[in-house]
Amino acid sequence: MLSLVRYMAYAEQTSTPLYRDERFLRIINQVVVVALVAGVLIFLYSNMVTALRTQKEVPISYDFLNDTAGFNLGESTIAFTRTDPIHRAMLVGLLNTFKVSIAGIVLATILGTFIGVMRLSTNFLVSKIALVYINVFRNIPPLLLLIFWYRAIFLKLPRVQEAIVLFDPVFPVYIANRGLFFPWGTATESWYTYRWILLGGFALALFVAYLLRQHGKRTGRMPLVTLWFLVILLAVTVLGYVILPDPLEITKPALKGFNIRGGGSVSLEFWGLLFGLVIYAAAYIAEAVRAGILSVDRGQREAARALGFSSFNIMRLIILPQAIRVVVPPLISYAIGFTKNTSLGLAIGYTDFFAITGGLILNNTGRAVETLTIILLVYLTISLIASLILNMYNRRITLSH
Amino acid sequence: MPTAPVTDPQGNVLPPGREGNTVVQWIKENLFSSLFDSLLTVISLLFMFFVLRLALDWVFNLAQWDVIAANINILMKGSYPGEQVWRIWIGLYLLGGIAGINLRAWNRELNRSTVTIAAIPLILALLPFASERARVNLIIIQGTIVAAYLLTSVAKEKRRRQIAAITSIFYIPALIFLLEGFTDENGIMPLVKSDLWGGLLLSVLLAAVGIIFSLPIGIILALGRRSRQPAISALCITYIEVVRGVPLISILFMGNIMLQLFMPQSLPPIDRVIRVMVAITFFTAAYMAEIVRGGLQAIPKGQYDAAYALGFSSLKSMRIIILPQALRIVIPVIVSQFIGLLLDTTLVALVGLYDLLGIGQAILSNPNWLGRSQEVYVFIGLIYWILATSMAFASQRLEKTLGVGRNYDGL
Repeated sequence: MLSLVRYMAYAEQTSTPLYRDERFLRIINQVVVVALVAGVLIFLYSNMVTALRTQKEVPISYDFLNDTAGFNLGESTIAFTRTDPIHRAMLVGLLNTFKVSIAGIVLATILGTFIGVMRLSTNFLVSKIALVYINVFRNIPPLLLLIFWYRAIFLKLPRVQEAIVLFDPVFPVYIANRGLFFPWGTATESWYTYRWILLGGFALALFVAYLLRQHGKRTGRMPLVTLWFLVILLAVTVLGYVILPDPLEITKPALKGFNIRGGGSVSLEFWGLLFGLVIYAAAYIAEAVRAGILSVDRGQREAARALGFSSFNIMRLIILPQAIRVVVPPLISYAIGFTKNTSLGLAIGYTDFFAITGGLILNNTGRAVETLTIILLVYLTISLIASLILNMYNRRITLSH
Repeated sequence: MPTAPVTDPQGNVLPPGREGNTVVQWIKENLFSSLFDSLLTVISLLFMFFVLRLALDWVFNLAQWDVIAANINILMKGSYPGEQVWRIWIGLYLLGGIAGINLRAWNRELNRSTVTIAAIPLILALLPFASERARVNLIIIQGTIVAAYLLTSVAKEKRRRQIAAITSIFYIPALIFLLEGFTDENGIMPLVKSDLWGGLLLSVLLAAVGIIFSLPIGIILALGRRSRQPAISALCITYIEVVRGVPLISILFMGNIMLQLFMPQSLPPIDRVIRVMVAITFFTAAYMAEIVRGGLQAIPKGQYDAAYALGFSSLKSMRIIILPQALRIVIPVIVSQFIGLLLDTTLVALVGLYDLLGIGQAILSNPNWLGRSQEVYVFIGLIYWILATSMAFASQRLEKTLGVGRNYDGL
């Protein structure tokens, strides 16, 4: 507003009439556009409010979030019963979304890197197999892929009574049309101590890795940091388990009547969503990895070879650190895309955030406006946080350049 | 260590041996260059053998394709009434015409691949399972492609792209008008409610509508985002980032449920297909804005300066100098976006539309076709794959030949 006053004063002093002063016109232009947009939004909003009032006689309110849910959820990482409030059901959904996203992003990155490296192989067949994979799975709808896995493959698995049993009796895994069942531990009293030991081990491994890295930077001979990190972590995990009196009570799944009891299980909906999305995302990640490795100048490899680096060390110390700058930004956007795509779980009945909020809760309460607003806000928050990380990463790699 | 040069008995240094391009040498270099390489080749061959055997065994022995043959009509057009199918064919004749015009206008950029794209109807007509009626119609489409190609040749070279652009943009509204109809039941073109549209027809239509109608909105948003007026750029950035930050399915739900609420109550209810089209258009617009922005950023600053120096107003320089070049560069990206959108339209099955996937699900819920899910899904996947791959192929060709400043190569 102050600037407008200043322009008016300025305009009075000069001979340019106000209506031809570009700076003044710019402000007028913005005011008009903003007013127009606001007008349209207010019009739409008032229409909505009248429509809601005449149709349902319920004003917009978020109090229903505290009502009891009234439905059960098969897949949940936290305890949930039908008497729990609706907002807890949303939390269950959000956790399920994160569960499948994290597993999927890790798997897709591994598979995608593998295929991207295959694509660069000098072996003709290996490279062409990777090419066919990328070409096929980039050009098929991901929704079709996951419905195919779920309905046409997994649901055709044998019934529980005729389940496929692998690795019996050491580590029995049951595969049936109701899920995948495997031995799993339940926490005993010493589990809580064990958790602290694990945390301590993680901190120790991190600390040692940091020291090794500093040492490598000082001496110019970089030790295998990641390997040492994993070795320490594994050692602490195993040692803690041996010392403590059984922190976990392992139960094996077994067939009891018409059901499989004991152990842990993962639903086929989870597997269907995971398989479909991982196969699709890996095709994109493969291309990103390939582009990243190709972006490293040939001369770098040749120079490293001339300096006597082994081909493993060339990859580890020369190629990968440079390729990773090119690979990570698209990888993060694929990770965002993956998280958004988990909403396709709705199609096969995986209870992710979208399926619970936009499906179950919307249908049960009829509160379309409120649930859709919550959905938009939640996904937006996830995307914004991920883009913030991406921007931070981008800034870091450009600074150190 | 360098090896000694090869000499003949007289001591003359021989020219270097010719690069072998025999089959044996090629195999040796590309498949068995080292022990590890040979191992990889053997593993790959085994892998290919098992996958191919599994696939061929399934296709020829296990799969029962009668489900596709019996339902091919509804897979293609949904519940569109049988006696009105001629309207779809006329729409396809027109599409052939548009294709012919575009092929002529862009033939230098498309070069050899043009022929393969242009012959698709003929290839389809030659397929063994095409019905007599489909065959005749496909040959007519082929005829319209050739006719439009030849007719466009008459036009001056400069006008061809204008003609192509204008006809392409007006094609989609014309097609919707043709499919929707306007007369009562006894007239020549009775109204066909859009709820009856379905199958591949609906999938392609949704993607085409999404791309065509989102383009103008996308251009406005892109220009707004680059604007130096903070209020305008903030508005555009907010829209683009919000839409890009949420999944398509949530936008579809919003369009399906809330669009009706946003309209004044005096208006009649909107068809579900139209609601979804609006949702897809507004969704795609955000992505289109980013594509156009990419094109705008690729235009050298000198172009702006030159236009300014010649006295063009900023609106005019945008319209005549900058945008035509920027849009030209991003054509391949728009094609990729169209492919992506075509694959994404499968999501409309989740809001109750009968697109190709939705029809597939409906067929499978019929007790007659229980247990044929593999056949139906593989067939649908194949259709999407063929459409997407052929378009990707054309777009790669375009990408190689379209670029900034290509016009000025002659200088």
